[in-house]
Order: sequence, then structure tokens, then C-alpha cells
Amino acid sequence: MAKYIVKRVAMGIFSVFIVATLTFFIMNLVPGGPFVAEKSISKAAQQALAEKYGLDKPLGVQYLNYMNSLIHGDMGLSLKQRGRTVNQIIFSKLPVSARTAGLAVVVALCVGIPLGCLSAYNRGKWADNLIIVFATCGIAIPSFISSVVLLYTFGMNLKLLPTVGLNEPAAYIMPVTALAIYPTAYITRLMRSSLLDVMGQDYMRTARAKGVSSVKILFKHALRNAILPVITYVGPMLAGLMTGSFVVEKIFSIPGLGRDFVSAITNRDYMMIMGTTILLATLVIVANVVVDILYKIIDPRIKLK
Amino acid sequence: MSEKILEIKDERLSFFTPAGEVKALNGVSFSMNQGDVLGIVGESGSGKSVTAYSIMGLTAYPGRLVGGTVWFNGHQIDKMTEKEFRKIRGNEVSIIFQDPMTSLNPVYTIGNQIVEVILLHTKKTKQEAWARARELLELVGINEPDRRLKQYPHELSGGMRQRVMIAIALACEPKLLIADEPTTALDVTIQAQILELMNDLRHKLGMSIIMITHDLGVVAQMCEKIAVMYAGHIVEYGTTDEIFYNPQHEYTKGLINSIPKLNAEEKERLVPIEGQPVDLLNPPAGCPFAPRCKSCMKVCLNKMPPRTELSDTHYTYCWLRQKEEFEKGGKA
Repeated sequence: MAKYIVKRVAMGIFSVFIVATLTFFIMNLVPGGPFVAEKSISKAAQQALAEKYGLDKPLGVQYLNYMNSLIHGDMGLSLKQRGRTVNQIIFSKLPVSARTAGLAVVVALCVGIPLGCLSAYNRGKWADNLIIVFATCGIAIPSFISSVVLLYTFGMNLKLLPTVGLNEPAAYIMPVTALAIYPTAYITRLMRSSLLDVMGQDYMRTARAKGVSSVKILFKHALRNAILPVITYVGPMLAGLMTGSFVVEKIFSIPGLGRDFVSAITNRDYMMIMGTTILLATLVIVANVVVDILYKIIDPRIKLK
Repeated sequence: MSEKILEIKDERLSFFTPAGEVKALNGVSFSMNQGDVLGIVGESGSGKSVTAYSIMGLTAYPGRLVGGTVWFNGHQIDKMTEKEFRKIRGNEVSIIFQDPMTSLNPVYTIGNQIVEVILLHTKKTKQEAWARARELLELVGINEPDRRLKQYPHELSGGMRQRVMIAIALACEPKLLIADEPTTALDVTIQAQILELMNDLRHKLGMSIIMITHDLGVVAQMCEKIAVMYAGHIVEYGTTDEIFYNPQHEYTKGLINSIPKLNAEEKERLVPIEGQPVDLLNPPAGCPFAPRCKSCMKVCLNKMPPRTELSDTHYTYCWLRQKEEFEKGGKA
């Protein structure tokens, strides 16, 4: 196990390196630059800025410089948010996004798994059909619609929940709900189909033939086998949500990282593009390693190599 | 020894599918005494497994008992609730399934799965249950039981897993063991070992066995009595000798003709039973086998034949035999 983790971490570092390299060069292939749009700045000032951030050097040198500081844990200065390092920006905003994302995933699991089970157990009956309709809607409705509907209903009309920021616990309810809708719906469907598959397995019949009660059959024999696809999905999804959602953060005015992902690209803030991409890649890789280890714990047939 | 353990009378069971009512059992009756070994033979879909599963209340949705009575070990099965069934399943009656590769839960150890059934039905402590599980593995001929208890199903071979299934089935010393094609999925050599083991255990523990199979060789080796099923009917019932040496129903004869003989001429071909199995959605009005029967008469197509008693232990449902009996009786 330890050997496996070491190996996966090494492979992960290599993957991050590849992602960083590709992003660095592709990003520089895109026309334009961080200071081009600012018309008010004179040519000389632009030149000075480029010199300050080392953008006047050949691309190869820039790459080596960047990689060198990256190895030392320094992701450079933001080109647009003057005076702040990428590290500072990420460390101040990631916790906000991570907290909302974590809550959303917990909600999605706590709602999606039971709903999926309920649906599978009532296959073909009205409860199942109802859940399927809701799950399909949850997958189909984009978050900017659900966010706006939530905001309009609970924030404006009913005035039950705060509409801006995350200054009180109640403020989390709407953004977390908006973030959780899609994964909840997806987990419900995954759980339903996976449980139906497991319920048709011979060992479930064996469990019944032993005289095990249906509750215990579900919790002991079925869930452990049926949960694997859900775990596969939740790992990378959590990584994606943790880095923030542009739409939800914008609508609820949450100071999260999601906005920086998008604005970094439109602003050609090279350092921020690199920083956010590397962060996302790292999170996805870590999530996948955790998922693989969980797999091994849940299903002894899986060999970690 | 002759205590009646199972009595099924006119059992009718249907599956209510969207396409209509599939009549899987159409009046099945038989009984078993303590210690009996009964073989149920017939082709796929003839109702062998359905009969056996219904004794345990394991009929799959959308199947439902629609008539008849089933008594097992003092319980009236057809009136029992799921909760009552749970008490007897794995305890008074247990079952071994066809495919040992998929019948054990892959994520729990062998020991865990044996102990589960012991803890469920006895008042043993965890420690005693594990000791009993170890004992059971020894009983079914698994070496190194301590190591095996900690292994997962995927670490065992098919034959071993079937032995584990037998150990689970025997954990609470059931009165009746149902073996649903226990050797079909195994290699021939392993088949022989498993049958030998079952024979052995039966003498040791004195339980009754229902052996469901389409392999006549298995029945001949294991069973004292045989019920031949076709389209949800028992078409012939008798002792093993009666069925093999004096088959009376045309379907039974067909089955026996379709097995290779050791002493046959070199070029003698096997005789298949022509035609298709019955469509249970629209069963024929008369004898279900009539459309495939070589000696079919007019009456066979219109009316279900009554029971013809050939001896105390041997009976069949066939118009030909009925006619013979009538002629015999007429002359006398």
C-alpha cells in the first residue's frame, strides 16, 4: 500500500509537470498579452512592465524561470491583481470555495444515495418515476437557472435567506443547494442503476436464502457493492467543485476561486492561469488516488499495482 | 424416519408479467419424508426451480402463489409472511445455487458469510460462531480452514466456493436442503466430488434433499425418487428404478432416450425430443406435452389426462396409460 501511494504520488507530480508545461506553451500561443488591452499605458511603460515580470525574455527562459520558482512553491506574481502573489490569492479564496463545495458534496451524497436506493427499491412504481423525473431535471437544468430561481424565490419574494456573501451560516444554504443539485441528481441516477444491478446478483439471493432481513441485506450486502460507481464519480467532482463555480459565485457574490479561473484567461493573467490550472490538476490527481485507495478498501478483488 | 416433512398439494404459481399471466406451476403435488432424496428433472422453464424456491418463499417478483397448499415441517408455507419466512430460511430449509462463482458476496470473507447465518439463527456468541464456521469448513472437506475463513471468494476455486455454499447451507442443520443444479457450473471431476460430498453429508446429518437438475446422471446417482416436470406439471413420479427402467410418460422416455448409452452400437444416434417447449403464456388445453408427443391422440390435445397409478410409488399423467389401465380393467 505505502509503495503504491509513493508510486502514485510520483506519477502525480509527473502529470502536474506535463499539465504545467502544456498549459504554459499553449497559453503563450494565444495572441495578445496581459498588458495589451490597457490602452492608457504608453509603449515605454508596457516595456517596463514586461521587463518587471520577465515577459520580455525568450519563451524558453520564461518557462525555465517559472518552473524553477514553481519547484520552490512560488507561483509568481499576479499580472493583473497587482502586488498580490498567486499563492496569496489561492490561499485566501480556496477555503471559501472548498467549504461550499464540501458542503455541496455532503448534501449530494446524503440526498442522492437514499433517493437512489428508494428509487431502485420501488422500481417501476410511482415513487421511482417521480425520483427519476426530478433527477433528470436536476441534471438538465443549468446552475444559472436554478441559482436565479432560488435567489428570486427565497431571497427576494419570501425574504427567508440572505442573498449576498457568506457572512452567516444561513447564507450557505442557497449557494450550496445550487451547487448540489447537479451532483445530487447524478448520484441518484448512478445509485439507482448500480443498486438495481447489484440486486440482480446471485449473492443477493443467497443473502435472502440465509434469512437475512431486507434492511440488513441493503446495508450489508448491497450498498457496499453498489457504492463503487458513486465513489468514482464523487472524487473528481469534488476536485472540480472545490476550485469554485464561476456562475454560482458570481450570482451569490461569493469571494471564491471560481471567478479567478475565468477572469485569469480573459485577462491573460499568465501567472494566474498557470496557478489555477496546476491547482485543479493537483486536486483531480489527489482525488483519483484517494478514490483508488477507497476502492481497494471496499472491494478486496481490486489489486493496487 | 417416515415423518412427513414436506407436502405440496395442487400448487399453482404464476408470474404476472406485462405480457400476461405466465403459469409456471399448474397443480404440482408431491410429498417428502424426513431423509428422502427427491430429484426433480425437466428442461429449462419446466418449473423445477420455481417449485423449490416457493418452499423458501423466494419466488421472484412478479411471481405469486395462486392456489394450493404447501406444508413444510409444520409450517403452512402458503400463508406465511416474509418475516416468518426469514426464520426458517437458512435454518430449517436452505439452498445451494447453481453458480458458486457468483453466489458469494465478493466483498466479505468466507468466514464472515458463514458466521452471518449462524449468528442469525442460533444464540451462539461470535466466538462460538467462528468456531462452528471452522468446523463446517472441515465438514465440507476444505483444508486449512483457519486460512480459508479469512479469504475472500475470489481467492477460491469454483469447487471450493460450492463447498463453502454447502457449509453455509448446512450451518444450522436444516431439515431440508434444496440443491438447485449444484454441479452444473462445475468441471466434471469437481462435480463428482461435490456429489460425493453431498451424499456423504446426507448420511451423516440425515436431512432431506431436493435435487433439481436436468442431468439424469446426477439423479440416478443421488436420488431415491424422481419427479419429472414439464410445463409446470409433474408428468411422472416414481422411484429411481421405476423412472429409469420403466418410464411411462412419453416425455420421460424422450429424456432417457436423449442420454448417451455406454453399451450402445457405435453409430447409434441420440434421439432428441422434437419441437419447442410450451409457451406458458398460452398453455395448451390438453396435455402440455401433446404437441411434441409422437403418440399423441385426439383426446390429448383437448383434455388434461388424469392421474394413472402404476404402483404405490409410481404415477403418471398420460392418456395412453389411462387407456391401457382402462382396457386392463375392462377385460377383468
